[in-house]
Amino acid sequence: MRHGKTRFVVGFLALPLALYVWYVVWPFAQSIGYSFTDWGGYSDEQHYIGFANYVRLFNDELIRIAFWHNVFFLITVPLITIGLALFFAFLLNVGGRGNRAGIRGVWGSGVYKIIFFFPQVLSLVLIAVMWQAIYRGDDQGLLNGLLIKTGLVDKDHPLGFVADPTPFLGVPAVLWWILFIAVWGGVGFYLVLFSAAMQAIPKDIYEAALLDGASRFTSFFRVTLPLLRDTVSIAWVYLGFIALDMYALVFVMTPSQGGPNHASEIFASVLNFTAFNSSRSGRYGYACAMGVALGIFTMILAALQLRITRRERLEF
Amino acid sequence: MPAKPQRDPVLLSRRALLQRAALAGLIVTPAGSLLAACAGSPTSSNTTTGSKTPDNPFGVADGSKVDVIVFNGGLGDEYPKFDNTLFAAKHGKVTVNLSSTQKIKTEQQPRFSTTPADLINNSGADSMALDALINDGALADLGPLLDAPSWDDPNVKVRDTLLPGTVDDGTYNGKFYVMNYAYTVFGIWYNQVLFDKNGWTPPKTFDEFFALAPKIKAQNIAPFAFAGKYPYYMRWAIMSWIWKSGGRSAVVDIDNLKPGAWKTDGVMAALNATEKLVKDGLTLTGSATLSHTESQQAWLDGKAAFLPVGTWLENEMKSTIPAGYQMKISNFWGVSSADKAPNAVYAGSGEGWIVPKKGANSAGGMEFLRAMLSKSGAAKFASLTHSLTSTKGSGDNVTDSTALTSANGLMKSAGELVSFKFPDWYGDLDKASQNAIGELMAGRMTAATFANTMQAAADKVAGDSSIKKQTRT
Repeated sequence: MRHGKTRFVVGFLALPLALYVWYVVWPFAQSIGYSFTDWGGYSDEQHYIGFANYVRLFNDELIRIAFWHNVFFLITVPLITIGLALFFAFLLNVGGRGNRAGIRGVWGSGVYKIIFFFPQVLSLVLIAVMWQAIYRGDDQGLLNGLLIKTGLVDKDHPLGFVADPTPFLGVPAVLWWILFIAVWGGVGFYLVLFSAAMQAIPKDIYEAALLDGASRFTSFFRVTLPLLRDTVSIAWVYLGFIALDMYALVFVMTPSQGGPNHASEIFASVLNFTAFNSSRSGRYGYACAMGVALGIFTMILAALQLRITRRERLEF
Repeated sequence: MPAKPQRDPVLLSRRALLQRAALAGLIVTPAGSLLAACAGSPTSSNTTTGSKTPDNPFGVADGSKVDVIVFNGGLGDEYPKFDNTLFAAKHGKVTVNLSSTQKIKTEQQPRFSTTPADLINNSGADSMALDALINDGALADLGPLLDAPSWDDPNVKVRDTLLPGTVDDGTYNGKFYVMNYAYTVFGIWYNQVLFDKNGWTPPKTFDEFFALAPKIKAQNIAPFAFAGKYPYYMRWAIMSWIWKSGGRSAVVDIDNLKPGAWKTDGVMAALNATEKLVKDGLTLTGSATLSHTESQQAWLDGKAAFLPVGTWLENEMKSTIPAGYQMKISNFWGVSSADKAPNAVYAGSGEGWIVPKKGANSAGGMEFLRAMLSKSGAAKFASLTHSLTSTKGSGDNVTDSTALTSANGLMKSAGELVSFKFPDWYGDLDKASQNAIGELMAGRMTAATFANTMQAAADKVAGDSSIKKQTRT
């Protein structure tokens, strides 16, 4: 029977695998090939130029700006999203105590879960469009309107939000406002992810901790967090990918796609401009080099992350 | 007349997308150059012709058929039906088959090398790439149309009934291939009702504007709104101001990447006026962050007195124009009485019509175009679509659109036409200028820094041997 099973599996996997190779893997390979050429993108003429595009990458001022902006997201997005998601998940699953016996979440936790998860249902572009109305830079904006009505903001100087390059803690304000949306949109998914993981932790572990007089604080850091280690680690890798992208929000929301004046430029926005708008010849090959560099960087980060957090798995 | 430069076809179309998406409310998108694959060897026209007379300058044969393909987009497909009645009145024995579609490329491209239609409205998202058609020799030269007697008056050539820029816009490699039928005018909009009520007159120069602005502010209205999120909207205004202040040569030098072109007196006068507009607090609060529709709506809501944009404005905002609002366009202001080109107007044509070289009845196609360009054909188009045509005075008899009437009037007083090419020619300068204009309009950059920034960007492009250079005169 074993032979039949193999044939069965292969039969089912062959077509999807072929499609995947043709439409995903092969274009990746092509990009790597193009990154060593001076291809302009619109003709069939290209020459092999070795690592010249990669050398150029290291001397490109705009890429350097974009790189640090991505690093900013790489640090903040996972940190804040996972922190908030863990906090909420804990409250929703084991945070409620009341005066009854047993382990449960805070009152109404089912409703909160749905509310927090809601942004996940919307596409990222839709979220960006929606937030444009919230972040609008005159008194018609949802936030500015409220702030002006309550007198917190002067009506002649409304907040610029995603059009504001003023540095805050050394990072342009526009990036902080975009970070806020990314976190708002991401927390729900990881909340549900962590909730599921928490529900898999046997209740008697908590009850034992409770009997020993552990506070919520202690039970979170001494019981919950160590048992969620694997899940958090995976979440960190996912969020790292998202932080290195961020393209949709920047492209839809910021002035001149990466502005004002390069204040929100990220790897992907520079890549897009280089590939399709730059006036230099050989732009497409150079853009491919950017993509390949970003891909390598992402893989190294993911590998490091999974390696560092790898530990003995606890069975329960 | 500047020669049409050789441009990277797809790059051009892609960039043009942003601007033309707005132009006349239509969307002209890049089309792949698939045509190259199916272009057969170009042969001469296989038209059967009748005798040529002043009333039938291309010799359309009696009993022949004319296939006309209309793009049914933002301008609709009603107007060619009227042109057909004009055509039938003159050529009763010629049959015109009008058909309308939105899939110009999908339906016409496969037919192109064998049995194309006789006249095609090549427009919309699914239009055919002009560069490919022209390079493959698939289009008929419409030069004879320009030199033919006009529909209404045999003593006037068609060429002389067209608005300035139309011939230039349709000329590629020195030949006239595309008859752009719709005409877009750019300028500064105001609400006549508001101005009448307060006894204001629209300014002609920045000096006049700065004198009027305090009176507007006293009414709790911001003098000037703009679309800060898309700085190319303000680029139309700033480049027009530069042209008017410094004259044609100021802009030509900028396009040609001439050293110091951004720092001449004419350019600085326009930039200083722009800086003052922002620094004196004459712009609508938050304008630097608004999108085009947001700023346009704020202007319609009466929050600002002036707004710079093109003549597609009425069509774009038609669902939210308040009752009793009289939108009118005025020319971009000059800077002062010392301006070198005070009557220059920024305008251009779009919505192209082409005649395939291999069509069975090219003469019929051209004759139909001649009918479209007639006075009554143009007037009908204007009254149906509230857009101007490339024929002079098309808006003369339209009474229900102050926007159209004012644009029509503006074109009558027009001197030379403003045009600038550097954003189309050099993507890097497109980006650099949008960034710098964003900073200037947000008040974070002075006129002097702006000039330095743009000069540095231009010098960088000029010194980069990997960038193909273009020139104009």
